[in-house]
Amino acid sequence: MDPSDNGIEVDGLVREYKKGPRAVDGIDITVAPGEIYGFLGPNGAGKSTTVHVLTTLLPPTAGTARVGGYDVVKDGPKVRSLIGVALQEAALDPLLTGRDHLRLQATLQGVRKDQRAARAEELLHRVGLADAADRKVSGYSGGMKRRLDLALALIHSPRVLFLDEPTTGLDPQSRTALWEEVSLLRREDRVTVFLTTQYLEEADVLADRVGIIDQGRLVAEGTPADLKAEIGRPSVHAIPHRDEDRPRIAEFLARFGEPLATTRDVAVRLRDGLGLTDIVRAVDQNGVDIVDLELRAPTLDDVFLAKTGRTLEGATEEAETAEHVTGKR
Amino acid sequence: MSSLPQVGAIARRSIVRTSRQPASVIPPLVFPVALMAVNAGGLRSSTDLPGFPTASFLAFALAVPFIQGALFSTMNAGTDLARDVQTGFINRLSLTALRDWPLLIGQLAGVVVLGMVQVLFYLAVGLTAGVRFESGPLGILVLLAYGVIVALSFGALGAWLAFRTGSGETIQALFPVLFVFLFISSMNAPRNLIGIEWFRIAATLNPVSYMIECVRSLIITGWDPQALALGFGFVIALGIVSLMLASRALRTRMTRT
Repeated sequence: MDPSDNGIEVDGLVREYKKGPRAVDGIDITVAPGEIYGFLGPNGAGKSTTVHVLTTLLPPTAGTARVGGYDVVKDGPKVRSLIGVALQEAALDPLLTGRDHLRLQATLQGVRKDQRAARAEELLHRVGLADAADRKVSGYSGGMKRRLDLALALIHSPRVLFLDEPTTGLDPQSRTALWEEVSLLRREDRVTVFLTTQYLEEADVLADRVGIIDQGRLVAEGTPADLKAEIGRPSVHAIPHRDEDRPRIAEFLARFGEPLATTRDVAVRLRDGLGLTDIVRAVDQNGVDIVDLELRAPTLDDVFLAKTGRTLEGATEEAETAEHVTGKR
Repeated sequence: MSSLPQVGAIARRSIVRTSRQPASVIPPLVFPVALMAVNAGGLRSSTDLPGFPTASFLAFALAVPFIQGALFSTMNAGTDLARDVQTGFINRLSLTALRDWPLLIGQLAGVVVLGMVQVLFYLAVGLTAGVRFESGPLGILVLLAYGVIVALSFGALGAWLAFRTGSGETIQALFPVLFVFLFISSMNAPRNLIGIEWFRIAATLNPVSYMIECVRSLIITGWDPQALALGFGFVIALGIVSLMLASRALRTRMTRT
């Protein structure tokens, strides 16, 4: 890769923790300059560990990674100078104001003294924090903290931006505002964005390409449209009138396709040549008691399900339960 | 890129954040002075003991706030840095061009500035209360210099604990231990007048005694080379060791490729 490129190249990356499992287990990723790459996976899948390695905070156990043409192990300072990073927890100082943070970050990132104030002002306006710039961060909402975090990551005009679950915990309005900002960065500044997320919609809306990671392994990669096209057939989801009818309805729907593991409803992936009308007709004829029947086009969750055998939501719950049990010990 | 602006930026942050926490600024100023006032009132008759080095217990006790303030410096520096570790702010700093030593020096520069504010406050209280410096104006300058070194050394100790443990609670828990050192010293009586043998031995073995006696000598004796050498010697040694340990712990904490 040419060092003037903004791309990311990851080859056979492994990261093991002492006495722990392989958090990242041999992944290969190529992110083109100016691309938004969505790294999708449940909690504990290895997303943040990958970001920590790519941003030089953790050395890899094996494999190589190059960011902007520089090796993350051999050229750590060069990599850091060209990347902007917003980690999962917006680590901000509650006693400093938004402007204090930007001034500090600008100085530490080597922004020229005569440009620091103007750059801070520009970013405060850009992320919509101009009015709150001189308020202490302790009084900021979660969305404001995330926007400040993004501004801090951009202070030195990075060529590659790493966003680790930037919208987790945000309300829908703040989430949409952040998506717009990230899209703008790519469109206007040609910044390469590596974005981790556990939200399907986020990856779907924002990313040019998506990599799906589970248990440290990349299980699928491609554009959201291509990945969904791989699944091809739509699914039908039925909500029984009574919960005790679930097994009967599952058995009934199984005539039309392969059952899907869902928690809220009963679902099947339709066999080729079948449509919703076939099911509606059969429901009518058999007097099946359901309150809702829905045909859904394939989603990234279906891709995740097809590749791992679990839904993204279920995998996240599993990870959280495991974390809880480990924490209890 | 020069490291000086980085040192300045970190020092500024340290000062700003401390100044925005009244709980970090007021107790180090008020408590030592309040303790001194209580002791000066209750132990005034100690000056009648044969061999007591001064007729003013206030002058004798004025040395204590300087050292007690240093303990607060340790706490503040340590707790602030431990919070940076806990919140991940240290990762934010690690991702910039900041090198480890400007972070340490910048943080300690902030501690020193705040330490100087404390020293000037105690000095102003003492002078206003009528304490006369036997060593004269030059002695006051030496005391200020000593204040800088004490703040730096104890600040480095706090920084080491912070980087080593990464826990503000651990540092808070160590505060009473440091206070025990203060109380088992020549804080309230000259060592040769301490009647209980084990206490006298403990005070003699306790380096804090020599720090207090260094400051005290400037106030009530004049120029006492031995007291100054012991006081400066101990604090400089503590500073060197603490800085080395803090620097090593910081390098480990700021691990990056």
